Parts: sequence; structure tokens; C-alpha cells
Amino acid sequence: MPRYGMVIDLDRCTACQACVVACKVENNVPFTDPEAAAKGRTMLWIELLADIEGSFPSLRASLKPRPCLMCDDPPCTKVCPVNATYQNPDGIVAQIYPRCIGCRYCTNACPYGVKLFNWRKPAWPKPMAEGLDPDVSVRPKGVVEKCTFCHQRLQAAQERAAWERRPMREEDYQPACAEVCPPNAISFGDLDDKKSEVHRLSRHDRAFRLLAELGTQPKVYFLREVGK
Amino acid sequence: MNRREDWTYEEKALIPPVVDTSRLFWFTAVGLSAIVLWALYAWYYQLQRGLGVTGMGRPIYWGFYITNFVFFIGVSHAGTLISAILRLTRAEWRRPITRAAEIITVAVIAIGASNVIIDLGREDRLLNVIFKPHLTSPLLWDVFSITTYLTGSVLYLYLPTIPDSAILRDRLPHRRWLYGPLSLGWTGTERQKKLLNRAIAIMAVIMVPIAVSVHTVVSWVFAMTIQPMWHSSIFGPYFVVGAIYSGIAAIIVAMAIIRKGCHLEAFLKPLHFDYLGRLLLVMTLLWTYFTFAEYITTYYGNSPDEIKVMMSKLTGPFAPYFWTMVICCLPIPLIILGVRRFRTITGTVIASLLINVGMWLERFTIVIPTLSNPRIPRYNVHYTPSWVEVSLMAGCFALFILVYMGFAKLFPIISIWEIEEGKEGVQETAERLESYLPEGERDEATGPPVPAAASVA
Repeated sequence: MPRYGMVIDLDRCTACQACVVACKVENNVPFTDPEAAAKGRTMLWIELLADIEGSFPSLRASLKPRPCLMCDDPPCTKVCPVNATYQNPDGIVAQIYPRCIGCRYCTNACPYGVKLFNWRKPAWPKPMAEGLDPDVSVRPKGVVEKCTFCHQRLQAAQERAAWERRPMREEDYQPACAEVCPPNAISFGDLDDKKSEVHRLSRHDRAFRLLAELGTQPKVYFLREVGK
Repeated sequence: MNRREDWTYEEKALIPPVVDTSRLFWFTAVGLSAIVLWALYAWYYQLQRGLGVTGMGRPIYWGFYITNFVFFIGVSHAGTLISAILRLTRAEWRRPITRAAEIITVAVIAIGASNVIIDLGREDRLLNVIFKPHLTSPLLWDVFSITTYLTGSVLYLYLPTIPDSAILRDRLPHRRWLYGPLSLGWTGTERQKKLLNRAIAIMAVIMVPIAVSVHTVVSWVFAMTIQPMWHSSIFGPYFVVGAIYSGIAAIIVAMAIIRKGCHLEAFLKPLHFDYLGRLLLVMTLLWTYFTFAEYITTYYGNSPDEIKVMMSKLTGPFAPYFWTMVICCLPIPLIILGVRRFRTITGTVIASLLINVGMWLERFTIVIPTLSNPRIPRYNVHYTPSWVEVSLMAGCFALFILVYMGFAKLFPIISIWEIEEGKEGVQETAERLESYLPEGERDEATGPPVPAAASVA
């Protein structure tokens, strides 16, 4: 079984947020108006984390795009009372929307703030509502959702490979954020495949993981900016 | 036989509150029902629109509902646990207190558990916890321990009402349809008494560990995560101590209301408030000890994430709540309960009311500050409960009082047969007390017991 993971090179990242937009469109992530955003109800499966170091005038901001980190030892799956969030054999931490009871225990257990709750029935302004992705279910109100590494793309790729009677290739399955990234900062693939780019980059000198000290063993790596 | 003149002293005092209803009672009941109906409307409003009608948002995913859940489950430790401990230690002064305490547990634990249901995004899928259980989740452990505690507490409340149901069956013919079946054919034979006392004793033994497990597991909902200031090994006992603390305070307030409202001054004496006040004093000190241990280790550990949460309580946005909690739970109860002159009925009631305010704030300052200060800083969101959350909280308190009042109209709020049994057993109790002391003949009424050998000489 592959162990899908991601490496995000912060030295290449320009913080353009193309990944954020691509993800939002690909996954039917609900639209939030400014009023809801002020209440902390913005829905973004991948978002920019801002670290501000120092204070004015000598401050330095570093921005990291943060998808779900797909921990190998996820704190969120353990606490779900109904098994609505679990780790599938590909190592992807998945959500079962029709089973979730909306207790939000997983959102509180995740140290990265990845998980999102549907406070209301999702709604989109008219033109957006017509362009929903038919491959991704629209979540009802009251359930938790999060980045799935565009799991629908994995399913489609597996089906195509099976149809063509050949093994999966790395380019068959790329999440929307990795595919769209203009400076190619996001690499995606099988971390256990010794020939893959993510395998090589995850062992790079600049590689680190978010809050690695917590022992959650994320499968998303970051490459430190050069000269920092 | 059924004329009131023929009733025993206890029956004359304790049955009238069940049957005679004052105008004040009805006014209160109507007022409380209005609050409960309003809360039901608020809940309907939330069911229609989703949890968006609350003040919660990322990262503060839990708010008033979970605070109330922890608080009410805590208060539920009053009844069953205290009553079981007093019964097991054969404390004779327990007799007028046990039932008034036990009904607190039953009422409040159901209300506490419904707060979690109100908090669910999909209450329509509640039964998934039975059909798709995931055993590693502390929330599921809660489901098990709380349902066990509720079932056991109902049974433990019911058993001692059997002889009283029989009394009411005989005394109130127009309510025979109710008390007849409830009394299970009780006639007061020696065998029945023996069986009942054994059943109560067994339940008391069983209920103590269950009660301890309940708030331990509630605390583990928080402690089993790795979030700063939740992931603490003393949370289990800390929560249990806090639960008993707020529980005893709740008993004292309920007893004072019963005493005035049902004119039971002869039964609930200053002595009872004094004794419970002493117990409350012990809990004040224990709670203080645990709180101090929790914060001093965090302070010395100096982990940046934990310190951030702690400072938001000590000096940050949660400081008003935190310090109100400290004042309500430490210096004031310590002075009132520690000084004999202040440990009166009024004194203990004031201390108890403040302790319950303080303990609610404790639950609030455990749940919210950790959520407000996640490890990865991104948010500037403040939690303010919406009218829906405030209404539902008011509804919970109103429903609790209403259930309590309703129970007092069904059963004597002080157990008739237990008081009578206590009176009949005075001789036996005196003999028991004597048996604690060294054997020896007692000097003519006044002097201390003289050793047998000495008296012979």
C-alpha cells in the first residue's frame, strides 16, 4: 500500500494562494460571507498559516500553506465516538459525512486546527452554485469536514489504472493544490516509494514537520526557506 | 385510621407538603415552565438553523453547552455519592438528607447529558454511538458511565421510597393507583425490611465507584487530548473533587429551600447544615489543593503553549472569570465554613451559592481558554454566547428546579420511614456507640467507664 504524503517547499512558495482557490473549487468547500468569517467560520481546507516573528520594525512573516497533515498517528481519529473519522489503508485520514454526529471532539483534538464544522447549511452565490464539482459530495449542516488529499481523484485514478490494466503512476493522482501550484512548490506522491520525489524531499536537510514534537507523525513535510 | 389526627408525628409533618400545594408553589411552577418553554423554542430554533445560531466558531468549538454538561454532571455527584457514603458510614444524621440529595442526582444527570445532545451538530444521528461505537473515544466512555450512573441512581432513589409509598398508599386513598404499584406490596415485615436494607446497602457500595468513574471520564474527554492545559494527569481526581464540592453545595441550598418552603425546621436542624458545612470545608481545602497543584506544575513546566493558556486565565481575557472563581471557591467559603460562628444555615447557604457560581466558572475556564489558545496561532475570535445558548442554560436550571418541585409533590422529600427507623433505633445506636469504647462498667451515670478490674478492687 502507498503512503501518500506531501512536501511543500517554502522557498518556492510565493503565498499566491492559488492552492487555496483550487482546493475550494475542487472540493465544493462552502462559501463564507464576511460576517461568518468574523465569527471564525471561514471554510478553507488548505489555508495560509502566518507566523510573525519579532515586533515592528524588525519583524518577519513566514507563510505556510497548510492542508490536512494526514498524521500517521492522528489525535482526531482516536477520539471520534462513532468512527466517522478514520485512517484508510492509503494513510489518508478520511471523514464519513453521513455518519458524523457533529460532536466536534475531533476538531478540538487536532493540534493543527485542520478540521472544520458546518455551522449552517452550505450555500453558494448563484454563479458558484452552478459550478459545483459533481465528484464531491456537498456536506450537510452539522458535520465535520477537512482536506482529504482530493480523495475523489485517487479513486478516479485507481479506477482508470485498473481499467487500463497497469499500475498507478505518480502523475495519475495529484491533489488540486499540488497540480495548480504556479511555482511548483507542492510535491505529492508515495512517501514509501524510494524513487518518488516526495521520498527524496522528505529526507532533505531543509525538511521539517509541523509540531513534530507532538508525535503525531504528519505526512506533510515543509522545506525551510533558504538562508533562514 | 385515615384521619390526620391518627397519623404519626413524621407523617403529620411530611405528608402535607406532598398533598397541600401553596399559591407560591404554583406561581413558581408557572414561571419556571415559561422559562423551560422558551428554552424549548430556542432549541427548536437551533435545530432548524444549525449550530450557527450559537456564538461558537473556530477555534472555540465548545462553549456553554459543554460547560453546562461538565457543571451539571458535577453537581449530580451530590446526591447518590454523598448519600451512599453517609449510609455506608452509618452516619445517623444523614436520615433527613439522603432523599433530598438523591433526587438532585437523578434530575441533574439527565439534564447534564442532554446538554451534550443539544451540542451535537446532528442530534438525529445520536444513536450512532450505539450502532457505530468507537471504543477508543472518551466520549463513548462517557455514554457508558453516565447511562450506568443514571440507571443506578434511579434505582438507588427508588428503593428507599418503597416503604414511604406504602405509607402514602394507606394514608392517601385517592392516590392508591399510584402508590399501590410503587410500594410493591410493602407491609413492613421483618423479612422485607431486611431485604430492603440489604438492597440499599448493595446499591450504595456499587454507586460509589460508578460515581467516581463518571466525573473521571468526563475529565478524560479533555485530558486524553494533547491540548495545552487539558492534557493533565490530575484531571480525573481534580474533576471528581470539584464535582463533590459543587454537589455538597447544591445539597445545602436545596435543604435550606425545603426547610423554609415545606416548614421542616424540626427535621433539618442547624446541626445538619453545620455537619454538611464541615464536609464542604474539607472539600474547599481539597479543591484548593488540586487547583494549586495543577497551576504550580504548569507554571514550573513553563511550556510556552501551556503558559499561553494559563496567562490568558491569570492576566488575560479570562482573568475576570478566573479570579471570580478563586474568590468564590477559596477565601469566602474558607472564612464562612471555617469559623464556627459563621457556619450557620444562612452562612452555609451563602457559601454554597458562591461555590456553585465559582464551580461553573471553573468549568468555563477549563473549556474555553484552551480552545481559544491553540498551538498554532491564527485566530482572533472571542467567544460570546448567543441568546440561544443563554436561553437553553436558563432552561436547564429552570427544568432542574421544576423536576425537584414535582418530585416533592410525589414523595415526601424527607424519608418518613428512615426518620422513624432512626427514632426507634436510638437505643441500638447508643449501644453501637458504646461498643466503640473500651469495655468496662460505667460509673454511676456521670463518671467515665471504669475498667472492670479496677471496679472489682
